[in-house]
Amino acid sequence: MSVRITVDGVDLEGRDGQTIAGVLLGAGRRTWRTTAGQERGIFCGMGICQDCVLTVNGVEGVRACQRAACDGDVVEREARA
Amino acid sequence: MKVVVIGAGAIGAACTLALAEAGAEVVVIDRAGVAGETSSRCEGNILVSDKEPGPEAELAIEANRAWRTLAERLDAERVPGQPATEFEAKGGIVVAFGAGAEALRSFALSQHAIGIRSDALDVRALRKAEPHLSPEIAFGMHYPDDAQVQPSLATQAMLARAVHLGARLVVDEVVAGVVVAGRATGVRTRAGAIEADAVVNCAGPWSGEAAALFGSILDIRPRRGTILVTAAMPQRVFHKVYDADYVGAVGSGDAALQTSTVVESTPSGTVLIGSSRERVGFSDEGLLAPLSEIAAKAQRVFPFLRDTMLLRTYHGFRPYAPDHLPAIGADATVAGLFHAAGHEGAGIGLAPTTGALIAHALLGTPAPLGPTPFLPARATLQGADGRGSDGRGAQSDARHGKGVAA
Repeated sequence: MSVRITVDGVDLEGRDGQTIAGVLLGAGRRTWRTTAGQERGIFCGMGICQDCVLTVNGVEGVRACQRAACDGDVVEREARA
Repeated sequence: MKVVVIGAGAIGAACTLALAEAGAEVVVIDRAGVAGETSSRCEGNILVSDKEPGPEAELAIEANRAWRTLAERLDAERVPGQPATEFEAKGGIVVAFGAGAEALRSFALSQHAIGIRSDALDVRALRKAEPHLSPEIAFGMHYPDDAQVQPSLATQAMLARAVHLGARLVVDEVVAGVVVAGRATGVRTRAGAIEADAVVNCAGPWSGEAAALFGSILDIRPRRGTILVTAAMPQRVFHKVYDADYVGAVGSGDAALQTSTVVESTPSGTVLIGSSRERVGFSDEGLLAPLSEIAAKAQRVFPFLRDTMLLRTYHGFRPYAPDHLPAIGADATVAGLFHAAGHEGAGIGLAPTTGALIAHALLGTPAPLGPTPFLPARATLQGADGRGSDGRGAQSDARHGKGVAA
């Protein structure tokens, strides 16, 4: 089984049960957030560091390493203006 | 000249840098390391907006200028181990609910007379500057000169530069002052004696204890503050935004809990929410009351905070002077002993000018402003008023703090 999500409008496919971070890493993405001009992605991978947060279906601050990817998820990057 | 600086917080780092740049041989000693206490448990404020006309305001105006030059100088050329200061000239917005607007406006006018700039913001201008502010708030003053550094990094940056110039950092505890014929000639640490021509006490809320090691009195006491930190989020707070009642809380000498809303975002995307003031010695107990009061009040200013996740909270101890003025200059009785302490919540902001005043006092370099109002020999710091309403004088606070400071 596979899941399909969109990340900033781009379709990505992952395996069922993967986290959003897993889908992103599987697609070759190393980072997906910008803070203080620097790229951020998975650091701790276990929900503590808050570095991998994304907006998922309009909800901010979702930790990509903790949230299972669901078919149809709309994922957006977060950046400090 | 050989100088020992006690304390490697922002004030100790600024004094060390100023003295090293003026050619002194400096050893800076701290039992907890660089920015190990107060200077890493604050927000890094560089404010002019909260200063009412008087000596501290003059110091703040000069220090605001000094920080701009210092941060640019430090960040332009970083030596090994020197982080960026994260200086941000973000500006402050002071907001008032309802009837508070008039008091805020007249306070700002009194500041204009001494050169603190601010502009009144009506509802439209407020919404434009801070779109997520509560619709209940209809008036604010914008202070373009308010700024901020990341206090721990800025302290490290000052010290790294000083060490590059030849200063030496020692992580150890000063256990005694050495006084010979009424003159400070060094300190004893756990590791041994360090001789000096002068000693500068930058021990923050422990400055009273440090003065006592030399047989002197300096009535500086701890005043606790707490801060909440949110998870990182897209930026919704663009200035340092605080409630006009903050000025009253800062100026108050009340021992009981006082809270006043201060909200700002950091470069990493978190939002810092303060502030509280209470004189409870060096106690780590009873933090829930100030934290919940701060959280409740902050939601009134920025309603979106209601749905925000908190990452953590922290607290620290400000060095409180009974007359709300820092103590900068020579000790009242012991020759060769100097103090740079008692800046309460303004120590980061006042650091570079404090360093310049200490270099002036020790080495005769030009003073950035008249040093007289800040001299530690004034009566209010000699313990005559040494019993506050919390029933603790400087000495008992200091003893109480010894066990929890490490």
